[in-house]
Amino acid sequence: MNKIFLVASREFKTRVQKKTFLLSTIGLPILIFGFYALMIYFQVKTTDNFKVAVSDQSKLFNGKIDDRKSTEVIFSFMDADTAALNKKLNDGAFDAYLFIPNGYNLQSGEPQISFRSSKALGLMTREKIENRINNALEEKKLLALNISKGQLDSARLENNAISFTTNDGKKDNETKVGISYAVGMIAGFLIYIILFVYGTMVMRGVMEEKVSRIAEVIISSVKPFELMLGKIFGIGAVGLIQFVIWIVLVFGLQFLIPVIFPDVAAQMQSAPMQPGAMGAVNAAKESGALQGIMAGLAEINFTLIIGCFVFYFLGGYFMYAALFAAVGSAVNEDPQDAQSLLLPIMMPIIFAMVIMTKAVNDPNSSLAIFGSLFPLTSPIVMMARVAHGVPDGVTVVQLIASMALLVLGFLGTTWVAAKIYRTGILMYGKKVTWKEMWKWAFKNN
Amino acid sequence: MHNILELKNLQKQYATQKAVDDVSFSIEQGSIFGLLGPNGAGKTTLLRMITGIFYPDSGDLLFDGKPFDPQNDFVHIGYMPEERGLFKKMKIGEQAMYLAQLKGLSKSEALEKIKFWFKKFEMESWWNKKVEDLSKGMSQKLQFVTTVLHEPKLIILDEPFSGLDPLNANLIKDEIYGLAQRGSTIIFSTHRMEQVEEICDHIILMNLGKKILDGTVTDVKQQFKENKFNVQFKGQPTELASPIFTIEHQEKQQLIVKINEGYNSNHVLNYLLQQDVLIERFNEILPSLNDIFIHLVEGSKATTRAFQNN
Repeated sequence: MNKIFLVASREFKTRVQKKTFLLSTIGLPILIFGFYALMIYFQVKTTDNFKVAVSDQSKLFNGKIDDRKSTEVIFSFMDADTAALNKKLNDGAFDAYLFIPNGYNLQSGEPQISFRSSKALGLMTREKIENRINNALEEKKLLALNISKGQLDSARLENNAISFTTNDGKKDNETKVGISYAVGMIAGFLIYIILFVYGTMVMRGVMEEKVSRIAEVIISSVKPFELMLGKIFGIGAVGLIQFVIWIVLVFGLQFLIPVIFPDVAAQMQSAPMQPGAMGAVNAAKESGALQGIMAGLAEINFTLIIGCFVFYFLGGYFMYAALFAAVGSAVNEDPQDAQSLLLPIMMPIIFAMVIMTKAVNDPNSSLAIFGSLFPLTSPIVMMARVAHGVPDGVTVVQLIASMALLVLGFLGTTWVAAKIYRTGILMYGKKVTWKEMWKWAFKNN
Repeated sequence: MHNILELKNLQKQYATQKAVDDVSFSIEQGSIFGLLGPNGAGKTTLLRMITGIFYPDSGDLLFDGKPFDPQNDFVHIGYMPEERGLFKKMKIGEQAMYLAQLKGLSKSEALEKIKFWFKKFEMESWWNKKVEDLSKGMSQKLQFVTTVLHEPKLIILDEPFSGLDPLNANLIKDEIYGLAQRGSTIIFSTHRMEQVEEICDHIILMNLGKKILDGTVTDVKQQFKENKFNVQFKGQPTELASPIFTIEHQEKQQLIVKINEGYNSNHVLNYLLQQDVLIERFNEILPSLNDIFIHLVEGSKATTRAFQNN
């Protein structure tokens, strides 16, 4: 046990002390955050104090477009003809003008309203101006038809006009299903990535030991099995640490956003409340959806999902890492050899990914049930089913059976891999085939 | 002196052939033991069984008088295999610490011993260097240090001098003598016969998995001598034909003779003295281990087997 720990701590230390580790663990999230922040920054900064003169010849708006007090786009009314407006625009008195011609017909939209700016508008600015004017026009049109905003809102069918329930009397919330779908997809995909990234890391570690010819030196003081386990544990710890750091960074940086961009935070909070900002209807819809998402999130059992995630992450990693180690031990100097040997290991992982995409849609199909029980695919597929909850997505019996099978699968692959590893790690100068590896694993030697 | 290692009828079979076939011998504590044989003779397999990497199919292995228990006895063994290497990206000091701790030393013990050996080999300044910055000879020295620093009772060196310049080779050689004097036993596996002749007390020659020769270096040479003598003289011998010897090689002032059955060196000397020459030198030519090796191995299927093995 002591030796496994020694090996594991070496594997851990050498990897964590590398510059690339720091770069990928801390640098990458910061880089992504930096992009994110930059994007927000430009979105906020592009439109500020954009002055628009409005010449309302047909007295459509009565001196104001809407009630919104915005510093981004400021509408100011004045009575002038296009020639005068053009001159003032050239002088820089304002950035753009809106000209509503005399005798403008609300219903036909003729003659056309024109908008002229001193230079081409940014996409965001253009959208904001367009939205506000269109909303204002829409309101005027409704008024002309004798319909008030309130009447229109109440006429619209809400999302929850029909009540979906399942046979056991539970509410079957659409947003909840959607969120389950997303959570399952993300969790399954994360495990898929973990299996690949850290599996290949184990394989490369084993190859390094073999290619640098240190394996035999070490094997004379450590049993091959202990060496393999030490490697798997050490790299597993690296993976775990990396994940924890990523999660902490992601959450930590999110809290940083309001500190760095106070106005963004303010806008985010006020945006849905502002009447007429994106149109009252839109706002109402938005806040309703938001509430739905919140409610959906609250209904999802995150303790269960996180618990299962950790279990299937570790179980899947240990099971596949042993196989990757076996392949690494069989490969010689030529990394190309690894490719063909890896294929049989990657197949079930990719296959699991395919089943998972089906299982998030239909967690109780027979394919999903098979995939979530079979240990080579269960780490990925089960996450898709667990996201739908117990017992909606998966029964307790199936969950326990899947976990037990995964543990058995882990013991099985480790046992097989250890036998291949023991022979392979000392074998030089020969290209190994799957047939030979099979012999190493199942023949007594 | 008791035997540190005893092998009794050791066997190890691979899929198609017997790698080690019924090999028995014993090694005295404190001796320097040479394990010889052509490529593919089964030396590496034998060494791997002695180090506990492989388990023998049958036969007994006694270490220090007790049945060999790799789990506990590994701390008393230092093995420098032929296929040896180091972690390229690891610092030399850390690497030595890691290997020493794997051999069961505590952190403080390991540090103390490494410092001692690094000082001895003038390697102190290497501590923070990486292996990839070392020359082959330098990493060989480091490998030797990591093999012996836990003071094993049995040290197994497979081709320890390959890639070393004469200066460093001598340094290691002196250390080997020193370790043997302090009671360690050394198994030395090589193809380089002149080194074996120089260093080893006792040798074993293996071929095709079998032991074909076992004895001290002097005994073996005596066993294979061909009664050849080298004579150097001054003057012109009147006659050089006699039933006592046959001339193998003749130069102006030098003869190599082979003494015939029933005669000995005194007969030859007597005869030569009567030929009116001044004898300047008269010595027996003992076969070199190299000759013996080639003599014994040549003609067997050793070469083909060596290739089958790989």
